[in-house]
Parts: sequence; C-alpha cells; structure tokens
Amino acid sequence: MGLTELPGSLIAGLWRQPSARAALVTLGIITAMAIAGPPFLPDPAAQPDVVGQALLPPGAGHPFGTDQLSRDVLARVVGGARISLAVAGLAVLVSVTIGAGVGLVAGYLGGAVDAALMRLVEAALAIPRLFILLLLLAVWDHIPLAALILILGTTGWFGTSRLVRGEVLRLRHEAFVTGAEALGARRARVMFRHLLPNTTGPLLVAATLGVGDVILLEAGLSFLGLGIQPPRPSWGGMIFDAKAVLVTAPWTSIFPGLAILATVLAVNVLGDALSGAVDPRKS
Amino acid sequence: MSRWLLGRLLQAVVTLVLVAVLLFFLMRLAPGDPLSRLGADQQMSALEIERLRERYGLDQPILRQFFVWAGGVARGDLGVSIEYARPVTSLIAERLPATLLLGGIVLLVNFTLGLWLGSVQAVRHGTAADRWLTAVSLAGYAMPSFWLGLVLAALVAVHWRLLPAAGMHNPLLPPDAPVWRLALDVGAHLVLPVLTLVTVSIASVIRYQRRALLEVLPLPYIVAARAKGLPESLVLRRHAWRNALFPVLTLAGLWLPILATGSVFVEAVFAWPGLGSLAAGAVGSRDYPLLMGTALLVSALVVLGGLLTDVAYAVLDPRIRWA
Repeated sequence: MGLTELPGSLIAGLWRQPSARAALVTLGIITAMAIAGPPFLPDPAAQPDVVGQALLPPGAGHPFGTDQLSRDVLARVVGGARISLAVAGLAVLVSVTIGAGVGLVAGYLGGAVDAALMRLVEAALAIPRLFILLLLLAVWDHIPLAALILILGTTGWFGTSRLVRGEVLRLRHEAFVTGAEALGARRARVMFRHLLPNTTGPLLVAATLGVGDVILLEAGLSFLGLGIQPPRPSWGGMIFDAKAVLVTAPWTSIFPGLAILATVLAVNVLGDALSGAVDPRKS
Repeated sequence: MSRWLLGRLLQAVVTLVLVAVLLFFLMRLAPGDPLSRLGADQQMSALEIERLRERYGLDQPILRQFFVWAGGVARGDLGVSIEYARPVTSLIAERLPATLLLGGIVLLVNFTLGLWLGSVQAVRHGTAADRWLTAVSLAGYAMPSFWLGLVLAALVAVHWRLLPAAGMHNPLLPPDAPVWRLALDVGAHLVLPVLTLVTVSIASVIRYQRRALLEVLPLPYIVAARAKGLPESLVLRRHAWRNALFPVLTLAGLWLPILATGSVFVEAVFAWPGLGSLAAGAVGSRDYPLLMGTALLVSALVVLGGLLTDVAYAVLDPRIRWA
C-alpha cells in the first residue's frame, strides 16, 4: 500500500488520533530540546566543583540536579538526546536503505538469488541482534561514533528486507509493473521507479519502529560500555554511572531512564498509528 | 505430513549451519583478532602474543580456522574460555539451569497473564480499560530492562529491604537446610528479575492475543455459538480461544530473542548466575570463545523454538499441513 496521500494529510490524519498526537508532541519537544537546547545549558562534560556541587538534588540552578562529578544532569540528558536521536536516525537510514535494496532485488529477481538471500536473512534473524552487536563491538576499546552508527545500521535490515520482498511479490504482477516491463523498462527502473515508491508505507512504519529499537539497543550497549564513549553524554552511560548512587541520589538515574522511556514509547505509538494510517486493514 | 516435516527439519539444519558461518565471520570481520588487545591491556611482549596466537590457531589461514572451529562445534566442542581457562561447554552447562529457570518462569507468566490480559482487552476493546492496558504494556516495552531492574533493586531490595537484590541463593543459609526453605530462598531471589523481564516483554503476547481474538470474534461460528444461547464465557473458552491461540503460539521467533536480550541485562544487574550474566561478563573480558559459544547456543534455541512452534501449529491446524 503506497502513500497515496500527501505527507501533510498523513500528519493531519495522525493528529486526529489522541495517542498519535501525544506521541508527536512528545517527540517534537524532545527533538527541539536536542537541537536547540545545548546553547542554553551548561557544558554536559563540565565538572565545575566535584567536591562542593556533586549530587545536588534538583533545584533552582540545576532543574534535574547534578551527578557525582558535579555535572548538570539536565544538560547531560539533553546532550544524550542529541546523540541518541542522531545515532538512531542515521542507523535506521542505513538499515532501511539496505533492507529495501535487498528486498527489492530478492523479490523482483526471484529464483536462486531470492532463495540465497532469504536463507541468509533467516539465519541472521535467528541470532539475537544484541549478540551480533556484542561480537562486533567487543573488539573496540573506544569505538568511533561513525563506526557505531554503521554497525547499528548494518545489523538492523534483515526484517525490513523480508517486509519489502513480501510487498514486491504482492505487486510484481500488477498491471503497472507488467505494463512498464512491456514497454521495455530495464529491471533497475522497474524496481526503483515503480516498485520502491509503492513500498514506502510499510518502510516508513518499519523505520519508525526501528528508531525505538536502536535507541534501546544503543542505551544497553552504552550501559555495557560498548556504545557511545565518554565524555560524550549518553542515556545508557548515565544510568551506568549512577548505579552506585541510585538510592541516595535517584535523580541521576531516573531522568535519563525516563528520557529513554518517553522517546521509545512515543516512537512506538507513532509507528503503530502510522501502520494503521498506511494500511487501513490493520486498524 | 512426513514430507512437510522432513522439509521443515532440513530448513532448520540449513539455518543452523548458516548461523554458525555468520557468527564466525562476523567475529573475524572486526578489526584485529581477540589477542591483539592483550598487548595494550596486559603488557605482553610481542613474542608472548605470537605464541598465544599459535596456541589458539589464530596464525592459520581463515578458512582453515573456520573448519577447525566448525568441526569442534559439530562434536560439541566450543573451545576454551580465555578468562576462565575452562571448556566453554562446561561453563555453559553450569550456567544453563539458572537461565532456564528464570526464562521458564517468565514464559509461564507471559503466557498466562499475557493471554488473559490480551483476552480481557479484546472483549472490552474500545473501552478505557483497553486503552489503559495498552498504554501500560507499551510503556513496559519501551523501558530499558537494566534501568527498570536497577530501580526495582534500589527501591524494593535496598530501600525497603523486602527482597534480596542479587544472586540466586542466600549465602548465610546452610546447604542442609530443609528443602522448602531453600526453594523459598531461590523464589525470593527470583521475584525481581522475573518482574523486570515480564514487564519489558509481556506487551508482545498481550497485543498478539488481543488482535487474534478480535479477528476471530466476528466470525460466523462465534455468532452461531452465541445464537445457540451459550454463555459468553463458554463461547470465549471453547470457541474463540482455540483459534486465537495459533498466532500467539508462533511468536517464538519474536519472544525468544527478546527474552535472550533481556536476560543479558537483567542477569547482569541482578547477578543471576545464568548464561546472560556469563555473556555480559565475556564482553567485559573480551572472552571471544565464550561469547561465540553463548551466541551460538542462543541462536540454536531460537531456531529450535521456531521449528517446534511450526510443528505444533501443523499438528493443531490441519490447514497448514495440507497447504
């Protein structure tokens, strides 16, 4: 099912559903803070006074309090949002691109190519993604951000490729495809010009849900020390740092945790609403 | 049926072989080999590292390494752990029971509580209760398991002192204590890890059950059952449930990876002596044979789970067998 409506009317349709509206507002606020917030906040890595200003509870100067190293928790949550959203967005862009490409090729060419690709995808799907990531990431001492994004992206396309393949199999005998073929269109043109635009609906849903998955995975990896490297702030890393003081200074851990929860929940609710919007059969 | 079963078995075997190939080459894809980091970490001389590389066979051509490794795996030999200096299989065998206990209880809760909640939602769909249950289960699904585990441990175990925060046994309890006291002790240690894992994983069961039941309820045979004057509870239990159960059964490919992922974090947070904490520890110490062994076992379980649910599905639903 393609996106027959314009993006504007799609958003308008989502806006009419209370849960999707709440998700859009939440994501809007988090994104706006991630983009525009840092100039108005202290440096997330600054440690102004490790002795005197460590573990201050939320108050006037520090709305979310400070951590053991006297860093401002709000500045770190916002800085973490910037990195988490950027990493998740770019990683999903990579995985959706690969997934769409593999799915198109497998579904349209069929035969041995399809069989080989789908057997590989099946095997890859059997290995929980976290374990693939652990194996790939454990070698690095300090993984560069670009490498982390690339690894998260290249491990997330298996499900998407199956989805796109299914759509292609459904569409490939439709009149608009056979018509293009009869007119002598080359295979690449049929795939990218005629089939790909008709898979944008499911792709958009998969991408949205994929963002939630990557944010959770990245937080987990950062918690294990394998994800985003300090001094860059990350939500998972903050929760790890705050482990020892969770009982005495809960704000150091509660706020990054709530940030993950709010972002992932909003993304998943939005993904659900989108899947209803692009495929009315499901709603 | 037997031809179908044979084909499905063959497919599972092919998948397993491909999983092993993928895992091996994934690890070798990373820059450097597991030993190249030792020089920086433990100040070994180049000669010592070279000798170790020879001992672990890392100086051989990669294809040869693969066949040596795969041959070992086929014989049930997963290599020797670098950190523990013991066979990986014996380490895994030691840790597997704790993980099966934890995972088994989580599955039991997910499939009783989850199916029940999903049914409640389907029967009352569109009501406030339905919306709230959806919101709560989705919120659980969006929580990082390690964060929820830490918060629960801090609150329930450390602040309120109601339950133990870590491990599986109370070390102060003598091993010759009555069985019921030992069982109670393990049970007390299980509460928080189970609560954490159920919270982050139950949403998928609830949602699938809700959707499956909603698809079945408008069908003619349900209408007919109601028209016969059967009480609603009987219509649900005897008629609707039977068919709504199928889609949920096939979720194995979905919830096994979720559970495995959750176990890594939850076991690490609660120091539960299972496979998950073993894998998390192997990451910290860069223990590649151990990491590979656990990844391979977990993937094999996923493949096996998929196979078993497909077979169960075919046994229960003749439409699949003959299709």
